[in-house]
Amino acid sequence: MEKKNKTIHPYIPNSVPEIQAKMMEYLGIKDIEELYADIPQHLRFKGEMNLADAIPSEYELKRHVEGILSKNLSCNNHISFLGGGCWQHYVPAICDEINQRSEFLTAYAGEPYEDHGRFQVLFEYESLMAELLDMDVVNVPTYDWCQAAGTAIRMAGRITGRREILVSDTVSPERLAAIRNYCQPVMNVILVKHDPKNGVMDLEDLESKSSAETAGVYFENPSFLGFIEHQGDEISRIVHTHDAICVLGVDPVSLGVIRPPSQYGADIVCGDIQGLGVHMFFGGGLGGFIASRDEEKYVMEYPSRLFGITKTAVDGEYGFGDVAYERTSFAEREEGKEFVGTHAALWGITAAVYLSLLGPNGMKELNTTILQKSRYLMKNLSEIEGVRAPYFNSAHFKEFVVDFNGTGKTVQDINASLLSKKIFGGKSLRSEFPELGESALFCVTEIHTKKDLDTVTQAIREIVEAVNTPNFREDGEANG
Amino acid sequence: MAEDKTNRVRKFHQAKWDEPVIFELDTKGERGIKVPEAEKEIQEQIGDGVSALPENMRRKDPPALPEISQMRVLKHFLRLSQHCLGADLNIDIGQGTCTMKYSPKINEHLVRMPEASELHPWQDESTVQGALEIIYKTDCFLREISGLDQFTFQPGGGSAAILCMASIVHKYFELKGEPGRDEIITTIFSHPSDAAAAAVKGYKIITLYQNEDGLPELEALKKALSERTAGLFITNPEDTGIFNPKIDEFTKLIHEAGGLCGYDQANANGILGITRAREADFDMCFFNLHKTFSSPHGCGGPGLGALGVKKELRDYLPVPLVEYSGKSYSVNFDLPNTIGKMRGFFGVFPAVLRAYAWIMSLGAEGLKEAARVAVLNNNYVLKKIGELRGASAPFAEGRHRIEQVRYSWQKLKEETGVTTEDVICRMADFGFHLWTSHHPFVVPEPFTIEPTESYSKEELDEYIAGLEKVVEEAYEDPEKVKNAPHNSVVHKIDQSTLDDPEKWAITWRAYLKKSKNW
Repeated sequence: MEKKNKTIHPYIPNSVPEIQAKMMEYLGIKDIEELYADIPQHLRFKGEMNLADAIPSEYELKRHVEGILSKNLSCNNHISFLGGGCWQHYVPAICDEINQRSEFLTAYAGEPYEDHGRFQVLFEYESLMAELLDMDVVNVPTYDWCQAAGTAIRMAGRITGRREILVSDTVSPERLAAIRNYCQPVMNVILVKHDPKNGVMDLEDLESKSSAETAGVYFENPSFLGFIEHQGDEISRIVHTHDAICVLGVDPVSLGVIRPPSQYGADIVCGDIQGLGVHMFFGGGLGGFIASRDEEKYVMEYPSRLFGITKTAVDGEYGFGDVAYERTSFAEREEGKEFVGTHAALWGITAAVYLSLLGPNGMKELNTTILQKSRYLMKNLSEIEGVRAPYFNSAHFKEFVVDFNGTGKTVQDINASLLSKKIFGGKSLRSEFPELGESALFCVTEIHTKKDLDTVTQAIREIVEAVNTPNFREDGEANG
Repeated sequence: MAEDKTNRVRKFHQAKWDEPVIFELDTKGERGIKVPEAEKEIQEQIGDGVSALPENMRRKDPPALPEISQMRVLKHFLRLSQHCLGADLNIDIGQGTCTMKYSPKINEHLVRMPEASELHPWQDESTVQGALEIIYKTDCFLREISGLDQFTFQPGGGSAAILCMASIVHKYFELKGEPGRDEIITTIFSHPSDAAAAAVKGYKIITLYQNEDGLPELEALKKALSERTAGLFITNPEDTGIFNPKIDEFTKLIHEAGGLCGYDQANANGILGITRAREADFDMCFFNLHKTFSSPHGCGGPGLGALGVKKELRDYLPVPLVEYSGKSYSVNFDLPNTIGKMRGFFGVFPAVLRAYAWIMSLGAEGLKEAARVAVLNNNYVLKKIGELRGASAPFAEGRHRIEQVRYSWQKLKEETGVTTEDVICRMADFGFHLWTSHHPFVVPEPFTIEPTESYSKEELDEYIAGLEKVVEEAYEDPEKVKNAPHNSVVHKIDQSTLDDPEKWAITWRAYLKKSKNW
């Protein structure tokens, strides 16, 4: 019988038959199958996995995957106004240079000795975020903002021993869904209403729902809908009178010029670091942070790794290690605080690079540019008949709701027309905030040029005005 | 003839830059990068933008971030990277349970394509057909690999996948009207998160301990079962590398008691194509794409715990699911019993893309070969370590293991005073990484080795030679081992400051305030 030539795969050095023979000889076996003796036959998979034919050559694999990816249209060659939890900011070259380093990319859970660099860089990440947030404790990143908010709320529950969390009804609907799942069945989520005119929290509703059962309040600033909640001081005062905890979700990008939540009473702050130097990756670039004061009762409730600085056996040498490791589920299984595992460390490293590059002046300038450009687009869009931006009568940072109700057009139609002009319009809010009708959440950052903003304004003007002044395409078909 | 370099320990020395903490590089006025300014016309029309903020919402003092020029920032972080040993540099078999395999570089190039990195998750379906195709096809591959019917890529890691399983179990019994089922059963050699993440959903945890074969007893399971049983979350092969051959009897008993079964296949590296969740009758299982499926570990994420379920549980999965009509791919948010969301959007797309490329590169035969070689490598190392003085492999003596083994240095400790911790520190001096194991230390002085399929026989021999060297030193000059590391970046750290609330410093600003107490 002719023996089929065995494929030696580049990823599997010991697939070489001669090597395998040597190793098997050492083990005193004739066939690798013998090593599976503990898996009984009735548990064996007898069929063949029906996978696609292998593409072992690297070049052909690259062509194959590129072929699939080329079906995507990216924000690189379209003008995108999508935001709402994942944002297109400029990623400095050095951020990618560092996070592609083999040493960081392929390390995992080493010790403070051979992975000293991992501990130091994540300590620096915590420290840089701490300055931005004006708080003394920041965790090694968790998965994303959803998880960070869920954990921050559960921390508030444990610290107060109470079961109710008041949540602003303008938080991200995705996040709210994740929070609800994360709280159930241990805590109850109670929504607090907003003022329909300016979006900010209805303080009377907050007062009426606060009680001795209240573990805390959670709201976001800037909110998911873009407006800035200016009543932070009052909100935290109200929850603090009930001995409850004020939990804030914040876009850290905004803290170059916007007051950090710790300065208006937040006890725990959380959010996402994707905007700090990480690509969007179809939502894969998310990373969550949690911050608090340096009080034992808070620190001991973190489930996350907390890397601290320490001394070593040699004078003047910095060492790094886990702070209060006994809190964690790694140490205590179900007796630990929630759970810890593989989260988003590489994006923490990346954010550290980003914040080191920007510094205080870069963050301030970045914020200024974003504020100017977003206001410019709001102003220009509002000049189009039937369009109003922002929907809410409040200050905004980079995101804002554009109200298309006066145009007689749906967001879906407007976005379809924009797409044909290589523009990704704002996210429709129709299903998640039906009370806003035909409205869309737009996001403007430093990456948008004046030309981009003028282009989308002109495009929307044409789309909207097409209703009132029907024009005719070259083929004579009525458009509108 | 060239010198025989096998069985030889390198004259390694780790980089040691004596690098300051980033804040110490602060030089007022330096800039790392310039950001775009709004165009003049915008500035003229809009003004400074900042004064549009309510007075009480303006930041008074700028954040005290350091000011550093660009090349210095680069240099600092490059130096820190050199203080770190990734799998690309060392023979990374000492981090058992974590499957430190090769993460192919071509896949890094693919995820960096703008058609992957510059996608917004809320783009119109028609503009992300390629991304949805990758997600859908990877789902289909994992269905084949597990025998289950539908996967979600929402969980950001294995622990999140366990939380997702616990959430599904919770919702299932809530809708079934059996809220009294409040106990999850697991085993001590299952990952700590099988217990911890289930407890987050309010479950009481019952942990089964091992017998002399390292396995949980059916009798113990029977005693644990009751009308309160919600489910079983179990790792198999367990962290000892021992496969539980009665796993189908466990699932049968759980099902008879009315519970659901979740299979922790975070590390499935030894059993691809050999045995599946389906054959063992599990209702759910998950694979860590950053373990078995080659996505790099990134110093601890982003990873992905891909969770699969039988079709009966499909409607409980987090939304959205990606579907294929035969012509185009679409996103489905409409699942009647969904637990909602585990994380934002679609999960860690780059991890899915890498897993897709890895599976495509190997195909069904290649996957099986990866598993077989991982098992061959493991048993090779097992026999080699068995020949080391002071080391042992508790449980299941004389039997083969699957993809990893939990060993013990207990005898070494008794005979020399050298602990696992000491061996770890000394291994660092030779450019090796060794890990203890998950707590609790049921195996005394534990260490866990998982060779995967990625390392050559010669590399395995080199690692063994490193262990041999340290053992030799432990018997001849134990102080040398106890005072290690000697050739690493740092020396033994002072643990006491890390556990004392008066002293611990989790950030630089806290260090500046508290180091006077040290």
